[in-house]
Amino acid sequence: MAVEFWSDDTIAAISTPLGEGGIGIVRLSGPDAVSLVDQAFVSPKGRRLASARNWSLNFGWIVDKHGEKIDEVIVSVMRAPHSYTREDVVEINCHGGLIPLQGVLERILELGARLAEPGEFTKRAFLHGRLDLSQAEAVIDVIRAKTDRGHRLAMRQLEGSLSRVIKEMRGKLVGLLAGIEAGIDFPDEVGDMEPEAIRQIIDDVSGEIAKMLATADTGRLLREGIDTAIVGKPNVGKSSLLNRLVRENRAIVTDVPGTTRDVIEEIVNIGGFPFVVRDTAGIRHTEDVVEKIGVERAIALMEGADLVLCVVDGSSPLDDDDISLLQQVHGKTAVLVANKSDIGSAESDERYREILPDVPIVRISAATGEGLEKLEQTIVEQVIQGGIDLTGDSLVVTRARHKQALKEAAASLEAARRTLEMGLPQDLIAIDIREAAESLGEVTGESVTDEVIERIFADFCIGK
Amino acid sequence: MDRFDVIVVGAGHAGCEAALAAARMGFRTVVFTITLDNVALMPCNPSVGGPGKAHLVREIDALGGEMGRSTDYAYMHIRMLNTRKGPAVQALRAQTDRKLYSWRMRQVLEREPNVYLREGCVEEILVRGGAVEGVVLESGERVTARAVIVATGTYMRSLIHMGEVHYEAGPQSQRTTHGLSRSLEKLGFRLARFKTGTPPRANSRSVDYSRMTPLEGEPLVQGFSFRGKLAPKRQVPCWLTYTTRETQAIMQANLHRTALYSGAIVGIGPRYCPSLESKIVQFPDRDSHQVYVEPEGWDTQEVYLSGLSTSLPADVQVELVRTIPGLENVELMRLAYAIEYDCLGPHQLWKTLESRSINGLYFAGQINGSSGYEEAAAQGLIAGINCALKLKGEPPFILGRDEAYIGVLIDDLVTKTISEPYRMMTSLAEYRLLLRQDNADRRLSVYGRNLGLLTDDEYDTIQRKWEAVDKEIEALRSWRITPSERVNGILREMGSVPLQHVVSGEELLRRPEMSYSRLAALGWTSGVDEGLEQIVETEIKYAGYIQKQQREVERFRKLEAKRLPEWLNYGEIEGLSREAREKLTAVRPESVGQASRIAGVSPADISVLLIYLEQKRRGRGGGAGRMKDGGQG
Repeated sequence: MAVEFWSDDTIAAISTPLGEGGIGIVRLSGPDAVSLVDQAFVSPKGRRLASARNWSLNFGWIVDKHGEKIDEVIVSVMRAPHSYTREDVVEINCHGGLIPLQGVLERILELGARLAEPGEFTKRAFLHGRLDLSQAEAVIDVIRAKTDRGHRLAMRQLEGSLSRVIKEMRGKLVGLLAGIEAGIDFPDEVGDMEPEAIRQIIDDVSGEIAKMLATADTGRLLREGIDTAIVGKPNVGKSSLLNRLVRENRAIVTDVPGTTRDVIEEIVNIGGFPFVVRDTAGIRHTEDVVEKIGVERAIALMEGADLVLCVVDGSSPLDDDDISLLQQVHGKTAVLVANKSDIGSAESDERYREILPDVPIVRISAATGEGLEKLEQTIVEQVIQGGIDLTGDSLVVTRARHKQALKEAAASLEAARRTLEMGLPQDLIAIDIREAAESLGEVTGESVTDEVIERIFADFCIGK
Repeated sequence: MDRFDVIVVGAGHAGCEAALAAARMGFRTVVFTITLDNVALMPCNPSVGGPGKAHLVREIDALGGEMGRSTDYAYMHIRMLNTRKGPAVQALRAQTDRKLYSWRMRQVLEREPNVYLREGCVEEILVRGGAVEGVVLESGERVTARAVIVATGTYMRSLIHMGEVHYEAGPQSQRTTHGLSRSLEKLGFRLARFKTGTPPRANSRSVDYSRMTPLEGEPLVQGFSFRGKLAPKRQVPCWLTYTTRETQAIMQANLHRTALYSGAIVGIGPRYCPSLESKIVQFPDRDSHQVYVEPEGWDTQEVYLSGLSTSLPADVQVELVRTIPGLENVELMRLAYAIEYDCLGPHQLWKTLESRSINGLYFAGQINGSSGYEEAAAQGLIAGINCALKLKGEPPFILGRDEAYIGVLIDDLVTKTISEPYRMMTSLAEYRLLLRQDNADRRLSVYGRNLGLLTDDEYDTIQRKWEAVDKEIEALRSWRITPSERVNGILREMGSVPLQHVVSGEELLRRPEMSYSRLAALGWTSGVDEGLEQIVETEIKYAGYIQKQQREVERFRKLEAKRLPEWLNYGEIEGLSREAREKLTAVRPESVGQASRIAGVSPADISVLLIYLEQKRRGRGGGAGRMKDGGQG
């Protein structure tokens, strides 16, 4: 896998959480930063960034490969060494909300930038002497923290349907490679693969990828929205809240496969952000074995969530189960939802704050819809105020990474097909197929070489 | 006894190359072998080459090693494998007369002015003050030297298994040694236990070849060595037959009696040459497995039964082999056996193959956990070269993964966790298209000359050859073909698209259906001989792929260039994951690139490492030598 550890390629990432009015920044750093953005940038007067003054702000649009506008932007150009990383840095200020921001990032990646590793801008700044020695540890912390978070995220996604499909496709390619390579390294024992068999696997996987890319903006990929867990003890109105959120907000995705698990999940668009909202089993102290599993599961989901909607019955006083739950929520990005406001308010805000400080409190009635607008507003504020990380390894970026990986894999398979059609030898086809498998592997993080060799010995009989 | 610069322990494929390299680079080198009658012995298949392995032999030759010339001398059957595949994976393979091979290699050693060939079994390595100072022989003699290269193959604490019978012996019933294992353990080396095996040998007169398919050799001009042509011979065929359901039934009925499945063997065997029992257990649905009958020599009736490696007891072996068509009346001359032996975890070595803990002590060959004659010879050559360079006070010679299969081999050995005998395969080389067997001389002969292992004449000949190739490519590039009735007529006849406008010879040759010989019909007169035409064609046809790999190599080189200092203490680097810390401490990579190839070291760990290095660099820059002094004070 081509992992670049320092500076001479151009990296890009969403560099700030989305701000007020949906403004967000896509930042690039590296030698091709300016020329790369120039390829997608259109200004009203036809100005090029290449000739833009240093530290200038340039108004215009980022356009896709067909020339369609993705977002209206202001682009600032900071040339080396007068920049954060001491490399050429370009910042694209977008303001159309999350979806265009993501579109801009994807366009930049398509043009050849590499998605930055966690903490990579800071790392470059340090390695280029921009930050002083005392900051080294902080840099390491950033890398570590973001990576660990990314790792958690990846683990969670490994269970997801998207990565299952990607893994499966990758498995097919690795099997194909093993077939070709076994024929090369052990010609006495293993015959050549039939070109037709190779083509079938290539077509099969290409088709799968094309399908995934075609629905990338509405389908599975988007299922990875901001992970939101609704938690609370039984009968506080968690399901009604979820239903309410779904009813009031356009559900973006309809192809959620039938869930057999004890967690119900829906995808909703709140204020332009995709949220994957999961309704969990009621959390309370229990001795019942089955219920216990559900509770443990709910706690695990809460641990992994980006945002927790902690629901209590506002009409009755807090009991031990509530208090223990609120204590578990402490330290997370959360909103305390006091439901059943149509029935009454048994506790004051102060009392809630005493147990769960620094978390906004919203009183609603899931039954009547009262307070729902306020809740949605609060949720969006939590995202925008940076409580939820949209940079680094966040879901949005992970999604961009997956999409990029799929695109690269598709291109490599296309090349493999051409090589095959031209009747070139199989070891050349293997180069493209290996690249495709590596691209897909970037999602799951596995090395192709070792795996191919494993497969050769598992699938073929070779001996002396 | 006389004083020597270098002691080589073992005269197998690694030991021979090591001794010759050290001697040719100017050092008095003594080689100890248990028996002088088995120099460069091929105790298993008397075959050299094949994918990955042929590449190694060509590289050894380009660096002035001896294996290629000995194989060309002793071959009985030679073929180019993978001819329907790309040029990068085509590979020569020869069956040799094993006695002739051994005899020639011994001649070369005997005649080499600085080599002293001695029969004797080394029992102990002598070390003083962290540096090697000699060896003690079984005879009690103490021999001193400035460096020692251990190339003992599979002879350390070797144990042969044949069903329920187990006895201490090296391959071909030679003696085993215990002293050396003990000595190495006392010096702090960690030893592992590996396993391999060999099939039975039969008397050719008892084989019914009419029931088998012959595989003929090819009348090739170029053998393994770039320094000469192959002498034409009347080649001997190999024969192909298959195991039957009966074979399988006998194996299954006696599985409990194999040493492998009875639990007698603890060593880890290679997956790429499993015994017949593991093939039958792993692939139960296959009715038959291939068996190749291969010659062992011109003047012997002994033949090698490739594919029948087993640890079955003696009585079952005969019964089993007789179920195979053509072998119904076979007389076995040697029985198959499995063998377990001690080897060294190669991460205890630098890439020069010198021990990390003891100065001047080198290890090469199967003792390092590799398998195969070619892998052993390559390591021997590298150990010999580096040993000589060190004695001269010159910088080490390390080949990169981008330069040679030898580089891939050694990097893998010292970096990866080797859990089975390591065999070279083309799929292990990332830059396979660049590391072809047909360009090993171009890649490496300059090193061979600079090291003093190739003569100026040999080097000049190679240079002239490649100049001719380059000139031919240049000429094809400037040759213009104009579309005309005649030209397009010829193209159509070849099934190629007619020309619309003027093209160069290079462009035309790039067409998949076009070949060098077809250019002649269009009026091209080749400026190189036939062997080189194929190279020219390769360079032109696969230029796109070759360039792509060259770009990858540039990226790779940057990571390799970032060196990791020896004084790094991974235990004290905050922010490394625990697994990374353990692996890095065990492997002690020499570069960031190597670190990134260690399983369990993530990109984030590499970032942490880089920041730590930068931190240290600046700390040092602040006050010259401050940290070092502080560390010692």
